Amino acid sequence: MTQLDTRSPAARRGMSDIGIRNLFIIPTILFLIVFNIFPLIYSLGYSFTDLSAAASGPVNWVGLRNYRELLNDPYIWNNFVVTAKYVIVSVGGQMIVGFGLALLLNRKIPYKGLITTLLLLPMMMSSAVVGLFWKLLYDPSWGVINYSLGLGKFSWLSNPDAALYAVAITDIWMWSPFVMLLSLAGLSAVPKHLYEAAAIDRASTWYTFTRITLPLVLPLLMIALIFRTMEAFKTFDLAYIMSTQPTAELISIKLYKLAFQQWQTGLSCALAYIVLIMVLAITNIYVKYLNKVKER
Amino acid sequence: VVGEAIYDGGERVLRTGQSIQLSGYPSRFLNSLIVAITSTVLAVGMGTFTAYAFSRFRVKGEQDLLFFILSTRMLPPIVVAIPMFLMYRAVGMTDTPCRPDHPYTAFNLSFSVWLMKGFMDEIPKEYEEAALVDGYTRLQAFFKIVLPEAATGIAATAVFCFITAWNEYAFALIMTNRNAQTAPPFIPSQVGSGLADWTVIAAGTLLFLLPVAIFTFTLRGHLLRGVTFGAIRK
Repeated sequence: MTQLDTRSPAARRGMSDIGIRNLFIIPTILFLIVFNIFPLIYSLGYSFTDLSAAASGPVNWVGLRNYRELLNDPYIWNNFVVTAKYVIVSVGGQMIVGFGLALLLNRKIPYKGLITTLLLLPMMMSSAVVGLFWKLLYDPSWGVINYSLGLGKFSWLSNPDAALYAVAITDIWMWSPFVMLLSLAGLSAVPKHLYEAAAIDRASTWYTFTRITLPLVLPLLMIALIFRTMEAFKTFDLAYIMSTQPTAELISIKLYKLAFQQWQTGLSCALAYIVLIMVLAITNIYVKYLNKVKER
Repeated sequence: VVGEAIYDGGERVLRTGQSIQLSGYPSRFLNSLIVAITSTVLAVGMGTFTAYAFSRFRVKGEQDLLFFILSTRMLPPIVVAIPMFLMYRAVGMTDTPCRPDHPYTAFNLSFSVWLMKGFMDEIPKEYEEAALVDGYTRLQAFFKIVLPEAATGIAATAVFCFITAWNEYAFALIMTNRNAQTAPPFIPSQVGSGLADWTVIAAGTLLFLLPVAIFTFTLRGHLLRGVTFGAIRK
């Protein structure tokens, strides 16, 4: 005969649910506060000072001077304009190429899985390596790109007009697969019967595309667009490795130079805060969209 | 002639192998490996527990907390690296191998919480409830029922975290010099160094890319989930 357990479930459990919940969540939150939020508070403080990490002089409180200086600096504005151009070109290119690839792959073709995975490889690679070998491809004297396009000695990365776009092209190569991956998921979720109904109604291909395909893929395309915009806005690695042109100086590169080459630590902390607020704003939009797609 | 060519090629491969050994690559690979493994283990370990708690228990302000966790992942590396650099210098940790570990663990941690929460949400609650009725404690149910069910998810998350840390460039550039340098800042620096030995650079880069390529193939079913932080499951 089995003995019934008369004790309450709560007493029988070794630890209460609330205890386990706190034990599981609090360390993570603490870790993130110590390694992300605490440094940011630290740098918020320094953004009001004239600290230079290279000098050992006294640190003076300068109030809002750093922020005023940054917002009145035409060079910084230029960095933001360059960054905006970069974001528009590279994200625009990725959306077009990525969605195009997805449309091409969204049918029965042999080795589809293998081809898709191969196409996804660039986005898994380190930007350090991608930057390096695109630099070799762009090389004016023995790069493959000039050779195959017959451009002679055209120097992509040291040409002030071309450098930014050359980096953007590399970014398009690297991240179009991301848009492709999301678009493929959207496309495969479109119910087949909609297309059949459209075919019966003799809808034109264009009509089918704009009225059936696009609206159903749009939520995922928006996710790709927002996420890539945020990432392109933050771009540092590729542009830093590939070009030294001032016309290709993105805001993160400016930030890096200000902090670690000119050692204007206080000023760089202030700029970091301006960038941070912009990134958080985009993150907020992104998370809203993510949650929206999740609920579908 | 063919035999000679093969011999010749073999000898060249051997020679390249030797020059790789003599070059700076092995120590950088080792650093990359240490940093990637440590941060992955920490991030996936903590992330799995946290994801379970978010998935199963009522948490006050859950959406805000999850947003907070994800937002730490979105911070531009340079923005975080400036104060971190100052802090590490204040503590006197200069160029020690564990330096990029902390930022890597932090941003992998927020990623793994989100991704693992997606996996945890998919494990039916009934499994644990049945176990609880059978007399398991909540912790026993978690370790004996939930964790084995989540094994695939944990593995996929770990691979993503490993690749992220393995590939990371900006933090590594700022926070390491010589002793602790990982491969990503080292590889591009080799090209500008005058006497470039192209066979060694090419071979070193290939060795660096190989694990990523293999992992991408093993992950292919989870890539979509990974890049959307677990929001889209296909």
